[in-house]
Amino acid sequence: MSISTTHSHLKAVPENYKSPPGIDKLSAYINIENLSLSYGKQTVFEPLSLPIYQNHINALIGPSGCGKSSLLNTIVRLTDYQNNANVKGQIHVNSENVLDDSTDLISLRQNIGMIFQKPMPFPMSIRKNFELPLKEHGVKNKDELEYKIEAALKDVGLWDEVSNRLHQSATQLSGGQQQRLCIARILALQPKALLMDEPCSALDPIATKVIEELILNLKGKYTILIVTHNLSQAKRVADYVAFMWYHQGHGKLIEHNYADVIFNNPSNPITTAYVQGLTE
Amino acid sequence: MIRLPTNHSFPDRLLKLFSWFCGLLLLFFFIYLFLDIARQGLSQITFNFLTTDPMNAGRAGGIAPMLVSTLLLLTLCLLVSLPIGIASAIYLAEYTDETQWFARIIQTNLNVLASVPSIVMGLFGYAFFVVALGLGFSILAGALTLACMVLPLLIRNIEDSLRNIPDEYRINATALGLSRYRTIFQILLPMAARGILLAVILSIGRAMAETAALLYTSGYVSRMPESILDSGRSLSVHIFDLSMNVPGGEQNAYASAFTLIVLLLMINITTLSLSRKIQKGAFSEH
Amino acid sequence: MSPLTRDRYLHYVLKFFACVSILSLFFIIFFLVTESWAIIESTPASKYILDDAWHPTDGEFFLLPMIVGSLFVMIGAMLLSIPVGIFTAVLWQFYAPAWFSSILERIVEVLSGIPSVVYGFWGIMIIVPLLAKFQAPGTSLLAGIIVLTLIVLPTITLVANSVFQQVNKLHIQNAIALGLSRFTIIRHIIFPQAKRGLLTGVILQAGRAIGETLAVLMVCGNVVQIPGSVFEPVRTLTSNIALEMAYAMDIHRSALFLSGLVLMLVVFMLILMTERMKFTSDNSL
Repeated sequence: MSISTTHSHLKAVPENYKSPPGIDKLSAYINIENLSLSYGKQTVFEPLSLPIYQNHINALIGPSGCGKSSLLNTIVRLTDYQNNANVKGQIHVNSENVLDDSTDLISLRQNIGMIFQKPMPFPMSIRKNFELPLKEHGVKNKDELEYKIEAALKDVGLWDEVSNRLHQSATQLSGGQQQRLCIARILALQPKALLMDEPCSALDPIATKVIEELILNLKGKYTILIVTHNLSQAKRVADYVAFMWYHQGHGKLIEHNYADVIFNNPSNPITTAYVQGLTE
Repeated sequence: MIRLPTNHSFPDRLLKLFSWFCGLLLLFFFIYLFLDIARQGLSQITFNFLTTDPMNAGRAGGIAPMLVSTLLLLTLCLLVSLPIGIASAIYLAEYTDETQWFARIIQTNLNVLASVPSIVMGLFGYAFFVVALGLGFSILAGALTLACMVLPLLIRNIEDSLRNIPDEYRINATALGLSRYRTIFQILLPMAARGILLAVILSIGRAMAETAALLYTSGYVSRMPESILDSGRSLSVHIFDLSMNVPGGEQNAYASAFTLIVLLLMINITTLSLSRKIQKGAFSEH
Repeated sequence: MSPLTRDRYLHYVLKFFACVSILSLFFIIFFLVTESWAIIESTPASKYILDDAWHPTDGEFFLLPMIVGSLFVMIGAMLLSIPVGIFTAVLWQFYAPAWFSSILERIVEVLSGIPSVVYGFWGIMIIVPLLAKFQAPGTSLLAGIIVLTLIVLPTITLVANSVFQQVNKLHIQNAIALGLSRFTIIRHIIFPQAKRGLLTGVILQAGRAIGETLAVLMVCGNVVQIPGSVFEPVRTLTSNIALEMAYAMDIHRSALFLSGLVLMLVVFMLILMTERMKFTSDNSL
């Protein structure tokens, strides 16, 4: 079973496509093969295969209910804690199948971080929000903790705003700040990939813009998979786009290609109809 | 049950051990209790036991008068508390919201009423119903005292059922020109019917478990009551008397306790199945 | 009658019944106060603490041993039932397999409805003789504590369980996604959020424990004394009322009503505490 994915389904690279600086080799950090999910008898999405390209922004678009969020949940095995969840297929990260029983879940989640739609910092001080996961992953030294917290907050552009109130409750921050905090919280763990489930849906337009800029800044350093039902957002940030739609009551991967191709020259008529806003 | 990822760390294993210890300790005591009562009591339960009067101060004979007294107490209690309870619940749910000071006063009052120790309630029942109103030690006095105890529970539960009915029904009814009276009695109450039934059954359970409040209101007499103005002894008071005041009465006390538990179990099972039906589809018939 | 008039009458009738429902509370307080008036008027409060003994017919009103008895039994029962209840709830929420948890939950639900008289009876039959083998006479403070624990335990467990279930699931999801493990999540995410609800439940049960009458009467021995050890018999305030009401006269009866009034006030204050806590917890955070 080969791990490197064939890119033959991708059309020829369009002339104006620029790969991010520092990236010369195209490879899939997360390789999803024949993955399907069902709860009891209810199928959420049927078997799909999808490479998530390293250090690029991969977007997953489609209407709500297609299982996009569930797909993300499956990658970090949040489905383990849901009743009746039945996961089939393989997800390879670094040549290891994440769905194996022997996978170390704690290090999986350190490696692949997840951001949820509703920003939910823990109801404790900003500092404690960081210390809890950092300590869990083995960082005990006080100086190291301080250093990582500051670095992560700087990475998301929050340091100037909160450096003097790290002891205050995180819930006192605005929605946009809270979401940036949640992102920083994960960055402090130095993951390789970030999964984002509609990170801007619960935010106002200004906060959304800030988060989008942040995501673009993170490109090249992290592998990003972002679920969004906002097509303009996908157009703004994505390098690669996968499109899911309904098929007999559950989700199905319809098309996957360069963002440029999906938005301007898709192969599938359903894709065409969706990206042109006819079936939003 | 909330499933969480485990890393088998030392604190995790310690917590697991300690929790199992506590859980099994709890189970042990209660299973011991139940088996003890079942074993000792079951042998005494015969048709005779349930239908004859006690003899020899209760050491022999049955518990028929107690069952009748208990039944009378429950019925009277409900007859009094149900109308007041339903009316108050309707008022609270349909005419007030939580921000009004009047509603909050009523809620706090009901909370306090619900927590009045039963012996204090018994004192009140004695001073008011038995003495002041002149009812004497009687089933009526006992039932009225029970009604005071059961009322807050009824009101809280019925109010909850009514508040759970989505506002759309009320809005639609008003838009159709229905009067408040009709909306309440022909739409809302029928929808809340299961919830009301549940509240009634819960109250029955609570009333059956009551003992201290009855000691000085419905009295101690162990013969079959002839009217509601007669004194009567409830099943729970009978257990008390047999175990404390009647040497040799233990066997029948076990049997009475077993009967009481079985009755309560039946009530409990009815409650559970009813509340599950409510959760599944309270409004599906409409 | 036109529908409009009918609606208006309905409003008045319903309001009337709502007022009636709280009338009983006022009546209760009224009667308790009037009946205890005789002793409130005639006896300075110091007598309750400084008198030699409890001989109400002779004018001796040493209530302290009974107050102490009530307090000790309640505190003892709380000390035992709070940890066992909370950790049992932890067990069935987080550690036990689902089938075991649901059986346990059903059992505890049934137990919470069993009358205290039954627990008291079982206490006399089993606990007291057991203790008597250890140290006579068996009917003791410890027996009272054990029986009271059994009475309060099911409800505390149910409250703890429901409080754990109400913790915001999104926080738990975030915690799992961050790689936090079970113990960390329980300790840092779930317990802090559960604290408030647990405290309310515990205070309410303490109120119930202090009001418990018959079960403790049956197993405590009912000797009026301040106990020197847990194996000595005690009498609680509530048992005192139940025992002596049967033959109390005049000022003696007044004294009993006064104990009832005091009990009510104590429970009333506990309720006010929980109401205020509910209020502040909505405002903070």
